[in-house]
Amino acid sequence: MKAVVTVVGEDRVGIIAQVCTSLAKYNVNVLDISQTVMQGFFTMMMVVDVSAANVPVAQLAQELDEQGKQIGLSIRLQRRDIFDAMHKI
Amino acid sequence: MFNVKEILATQDMIDKRHLDIRTITMGISLLDCCHEDVNVCAQKIYDKITRRAEKLVKTGEDIEWEFGIPIVNKRISVTPIAIVGNTCNTDSYVPLAMALDKAAKECGVNFIGGFSALVQKGATKGDWILMDSIPEALAATERVCSSVNVGSTKAGINMDAVAKMGQIIKKTAELTADNDGLGCAKLVVFANAVEDNPFMAGAFHGVGEPECVLNVGVSGPGVVHHALQKVKGQPFDVVAETIKKTAFRITRMGQMVGVEASSRLGVPFGIVDLSLAPTPAVGDSVARILEEMGLEVTGTHGTTAALALLNDAVKKGGVMASNHVGGLSGAFIPVSEDEGMIAAALSGTLTLDKLEAMTCVCSVGLDMIAVPGDTSASTISAIIADEAAIGMVNTKTTAVRIIPAPGKKVGDMVEMGGLLGSAPVMPVHPESSADFIARGGRIPAPLQSLKN
Repeated sequence: MKAVVTVVGEDRVGIIAQVCTSLAKYNVNVLDISQTVMQGFFTMMMVVDVSAANVPVAQLAQELDEQGKQIGLSIRLQRRDIFDAMHKI
Repeated sequence: MFNVKEILATQDMIDKRHLDIRTITMGISLLDCCHEDVNVCAQKIYDKITRRAEKLVKTGEDIEWEFGIPIVNKRISVTPIAIVGNTCNTDSYVPLAMALDKAAKECGVNFIGGFSALVQKGATKGDWILMDSIPEALAATERVCSSVNVGSTKAGINMDAVAKMGQIIKKTAELTADNDGLGCAKLVVFANAVEDNPFMAGAFHGVGEPECVLNVGVSGPGVVHHALQKVKGQPFDVVAETIKKTAFRITRMGQMVGVEASSRLGVPFGIVDLSLAPTPAVGDSVARILEEMGLEVTGTHGTTAALALLNDAVKKGGVMASNHVGGLSGAFIPVSEDEGMIAAALSGTLTLDKLEAMTCVCSVGLDMIAVPGDTSASTISAIIADEAAIGMVNTKTTAVRIIPAPGKKVGDMVEMGGLLGSAPVMPVHPESSADFIARGGRIPAPLQSLKN
């Protein structure tokens, strides 16, 4: 099962490292990354595989959200199906 | 591998345009809960609902997190209680309403619909008991919603029931006078009521429905409004096309969530209700969509045409995006629940008469309208009769959810709180309809040909 992780926040050293370390702890595999800095704001999108995650996806999304808040980032994990449903026929 | 623009577009709709799943509603049949003893019947109702809907809220919350889409309400609809209660040897169904309320609280849902009766052609003993029980039931419970279907295209209009419901609405307002007549916000009088509507207060689980089913109501007035802001001044062909495309996207999401939720709960997926349901939040208004089309204030000349286009385009866009479309499907125009409607009513441009005209071309009818507390029961009945006639002749669902707010006069505000919002008290015609309502009987079903 694939999901999209969107990370937004003020740019600083180590954001990718922090997020990826966190994902690794949950046994989530990163498949693709795209990142950019717009007006000082760091925006990253990742496609990840959550099939082998060691917690249920809802819990994973919730915990990433909380961890993001602690380090001043918005980290959002959403199952990929929602984007396919809305944009592909 | 993935399209950043599409992902951002979806997130923008959710974060800034109030895109959400408005409700997932589990319909539960209570036909097997009949019993002669009303208390046993109440217990059976409680047991069945809490068993069937045990995981509804948890499942909804899991899906919210997994897909990152808010599901605002999780709700339950049940078989019309007048049918279930008919076997009980009792003269009040209030204990059944209490059982529904208790079950709703246990399951964690904010509303439960189905304290209902279908009396379009005539009323059984149970139907009369139910109607008589409504004021007390709505005053004594917190989450129970009630509806009565008084007319249909095939049966005509039951004017005895129309007369009765005018009195019931007045009594409900009196019993909940401490809260500005809040009970009336949970009471809908229908014509051509649908059996699979997921939206409150009018949801009930029809007798043609399966044992248990999951229906979904989508929303997104803010998304449509935003899309139309990008096509300012362009012809209506472009407007209609833009609304269709937006409605398609919103509905696809509703379909996906509905299928996911029903498979996890192990119940069949029923329908997606393609409705634009506003909330009192700024940026989540149907009235503002109409104004975006070029009207200075909703309610002015051109409003009915604008609403007709909106309603039709939403359905056309949504129909292709879902396997099964049902419920009320269209644009809702509840006054108290729509920030733009409230403003239009306060300015005096949006009147009861114009709202009535608008209900000819949109989903449902006179919804969440506050009128002076001294409005007579016969005037309310006459308003119901007018609305039912529009539904009957046009083969569409119409409804009246009206609040004769005790002690309030024209210009006062009625505060409902939460999603129910607040409504300015609107004037009604002072001339009497009492003799008209006193006639009773039935208005015959209309001719379906020779349409002019």
